[in-house]
Amino acid sequence: MILDGKCPSGPLPEMWDRHRKEMKLVNPANKRKYRIAVVGTGLAGASAAATLGELGYNVDAFFYQDSARRAHSIAAQGGINAAKNYPNDGDSVARLFHDTIKGGDFRAREANVYRLAMVSNSIIDQCVAQGVPFARDYAGYLDNRSFGGAQVSRTFYARGQTGQQLLIGAYSALSRQVKAGTVALHPRSEMLDLVIVNGEAKGITVRNMVNGRLECHTADAVCLCTGGYTNVFYLSTNAMGSNVTAAYRAYKKGAFFANPCYTQIHPTCIPVTGDHQSKLTLMSESLRNDGRVWVPRIKGDRRSPGEIPEDERDYYLERKYPAFGNLAPRDISSRAAKEVCDESRGVGPGGRGVYLDFADSINRLGIDKVRERYGNLFDMYEKIADENAYRQPMRIYPAPHYAMGGLWVDYNLQSNIPGLFVLGEANFSDHGANRLGASALMQGLADGYYIIPYTIAGYLAGTKPGVVGTGHPEFIRSVEECEGTIRKLLSINGKRTANEFHRELGGLMWEHVGMARSHEGLTSVLKRIPELRAEFWENVRVPGGEADLNQELEKAGRVADFLEFAELMARDALHREESCGGHFRVEYQMPDGEAKRDDEQFCYVAGWEFKGAGTAPELHKEPLKFDNVPLAVRSYK
Amino acid sequence: MDLTLYVWRQSGPGAKGRLEEIEARGITADMSFLEMLDVVNEGLIKTGREPIAFDHDCREGICGMCSQVINGVPHGPQEKTTVCQLHMRRFKDGDRIYIEPWRARAFPVIKDLIVDRSALDRIVQAGGYVSVHTGGVPDANAVLVPKADADTAMDAAECIGCGACVAACPNGSAMLFTAAKVAHLAALPQGRAEAARRVCMMTEAMLKEGFGSCSNHYECQAACPKGIKVKFIAKLNREFIKAQFSKKSE
Ligand SMILES: Cc1cc2nc3c(=O)[nH]c(=O)nc-3n(C[C@H](O)[C@H](O)[C@H](O)COP(=O)(O)OP(=O)(O)OC[C@H]3O[C@@H](n4cnc5c(N)ncnc54)[C@H](O)[C@@H]3O)c2cc1C
Ligand code: SF4
Ligand code: FES
Repeated sequence: MILDGKCPSGPLPEMWDRHRKEMKLVNPANKRKYRIAVVGTGLAGASAAATLGELGYNVDAFFYQDSARRAHSIAAQGGINAAKNYPNDGDSVARLFHDTIKGGDFRAREANVYRLAMVSNSIIDQCVAQGVPFARDYAGYLDNRSFGGAQVSRTFYARGQTGQQLLIGAYSALSRQVKAGTVALHPRSEMLDLVIVNGEAKGITVRNMVNGRLECHTADAVCLCTGGYTNVFYLSTNAMGSNVTAAYRAYKKGAFFANPCYTQIHPTCIPVTGDHQSKLTLMSESLRNDGRVWVPRIKGDRRSPGEIPEDERDYYLERKYPAFGNLAPRDISSRAAKEVCDESRGVGPGGRGVYLDFADSINRLGIDKVRERYGNLFDMYEKIADENAYRQPMRIYPAPHYAMGGLWVDYNLQSNIPGLFVLGEANFSDHGANRLGASALMQGLADGYYIIPYTIAGYLAGTKPGVVGTGHPEFIRSVEECEGTIRKLLSINGKRTANEFHRELGGLMWEHVGMARSHEGLTSVLKRIPELRAEFWENVRVPGGEADLNQELEKAGRVADFLEFAELMARDALHREESCGGHFRVEYQMPDGEAKRDDEQFCYVAGWEFKGAGTAPELHKEPLKFDNVPLAVRSYK
Repeated sequence: MDLTLYVWRQSGPGAKGRLEEIEARGITADMSFLEMLDVVNEGLIKTGREPIAFDHDCREGICGMCSQVINGVPHGPQEKTTVCQLHMRRFKDGDRIYIEPWRARAFPVIKDLIVDRSALDRIVQAGGYVSVHTGGVPDANAVLVPKADADTAMDAAECIGCGACVAACPNGSAMLFTAAKVAHLAALPQGRAEAARRVCMMTEAMLKEGFGSCSNHYECQAACPKGIKVKFIAKLNREFIKAQFSKKSE
């Protein structure tokens, strides 16, 4: 099947306005008759739920943490982009659009990206009005910085806690709607299934994580805002609970999964120290504005960094990418770090690290200025690594960070299942094969504040509210299925914990479906994953009962889904015989080691359809057309 | 290193809890406190015992989910550090470590170290926001905010809503948490219009939720992982008095 993104026709700058004008509206008096389930209260979910509540819909908001404010968006440090051009340095909607298409290595949909750039400015206005304390200059104006490979300063930030401040803004708006009675919160609730009636999404099944009860929730539309899946690598910068479960179970109910192999490995994280490690901590990329990345020139150089003279250091990013230097995009910087470590020039335990050195900046700006800019990051580094980065360079290494892939959606953010909308990191739509820094926060809030409120009305206007009740056979079937899986997990009583399986899976994925992928590695891992999965279902040990708060049961359910999803990811990576953005196939590279795209054959979105357990999924393609930014080799030299 | 843990075990909300002695062996200095508990839990599962239930998510000190009292101190011995950021290099071989949940009337225990903190959400729902709809707002630079005010707002806004201040307070007061929110919004022109109403509604909600009142012990500031200052409590009090005054003159 050829997938249709349903993009409006006509010139890019007019598309969204015209589309909005043409879309149907729901009569204000009727809005309260519609019930919308929003799963997730990160930036995407909280902004969507709050705005839909304001409009008068009845919203149910679900999340697995105890408070909506704790969604993983809170961990974003660096900032959020917008095309405000306050610094007058040449930014514009067109440039942000262009940068995002190019940054995504020409694997994103032009129409969506243009719209994202267009609404970016409203987001900043909205957040300021909510009281988000963005950084300001002495005159009281908003401050901007350049971030993650952008040549203009378009990033707004709040003291290394941008995600937390934006999320608190959205959470406040959400809290206001809770008080107004339009939004009902469902904390500690994990979505286990999507319920489809006559081909349309009509609700979800969730597990109440406090008492273990399975609950049915009917809805006239469902918005999945459940974040990314990079915990498939076990170690990642995501929160411990981040999962693929909600998206994957929707996939099993018929929603197409798009580009699962597009994952981003972030270049600046604190390196792994041992087997006990449970997660990796990101050091904001903003550090690359003032830090210089280097490794020793000589292999196996064990001297401490201070003893290595200037001419025996290799500032490899500055050397290889003189125009962008330390600010080269994430995929490029990450691969370059892996390369030097593969050459045995890595530093720190196990040789899996590179230096990020602030000595020059401290000399140039003074220690106080550096402290003002990055103090909290240096503190965090010291807590974890027990080293003082004012005195010696930080050690960093790449880590899985972000999922560009996700459920397939059209221009309206609707999946191929009518009534199922997907927002934020959980969808695939705007970042192509690589996401630029500070643009995930922008996308999450764009989806939730400015896009879904319009497009969901376009769908709801054509449906009758409240036609399905929880007594419907599809709900009963869904609960029985979820119950079956839970009981199965609890009954195996094997020898290995869910965590051990997860760690092993993550190791395989990091090795073969991580920064560098090959036909050979992918084929071998595609054989290994089903074996591991089979072992899981025979040998996992999940203690405790079902009618109780049971964290091991939660974990086991998520690992079970990762064990299936991993295969889909590897399959997608194997089928895409090209390198683009975060997807690097060693067979397809330029003579100088840069990614080699194949636009003839692979200029499309890969949407995978579930065909039943044990059967290969079916590939559907959405061809990508580039009418506004000419397809070009991405160069950062 | 090998440690002896005394961990609060409680099977459910109404159940009686107790401290259980659990050995933690082969712990290394570079583990975080929660990674130490992961190792302990793996051992418990393998020996057929129930693992210790505890809240956590980001493990980066920002989501506010982790919540443990370690040797009597919320978030443990390291200043301005959440449990998830605390590392075992702070402890030594042979140490005995007491691990308990947040204890406060407004935070009932759900299981083991997990408590119900939804009361904090309800304080925010009472008025911890600027009542602005999505859309129809002025350009972000239309209203200037002096840098000093923006910095004050940011200082207060760093609160991660963990509730350690409540757990540390002998009265179980949520004053520091509430004050941080009040002060954050009161420092900004965008938040001024509703300042009086906000402080009244939030304070009222706080009392209704069963939090105690503030009698200036300042244990909250010492326990706060984000260094939220008690000066914000003074700010809340000033806002409150101002609000009462303006109510009377209405
Ligand atoms: C450490 C870190 C730093 C980052 N820094 C930046 C940055 O500086 N700039 C930038 O633009 N981007 C950054 N990003 C990326 C960005 O933060 C995320 O992509 C974005 O916040 C995702 O938002 P979201 O709303 O889609 O999902 P999330 O914020 O991840 O929220 C997911 C929500 O879904 C819920 N959920 C998940 N699964 C289930 C389930 N099965 N049942 C019920 N509920 C569920 C969760 O409870 C949560 O509420 C960073 C990411 C990380 C990890
Ligand atoms: S004031 Fe400090 S201790 Fe209290 S909730 Fe906020 S961050 Fe936690
Ligand atoms: S787990 Fe998020 S703050 Fe500790």
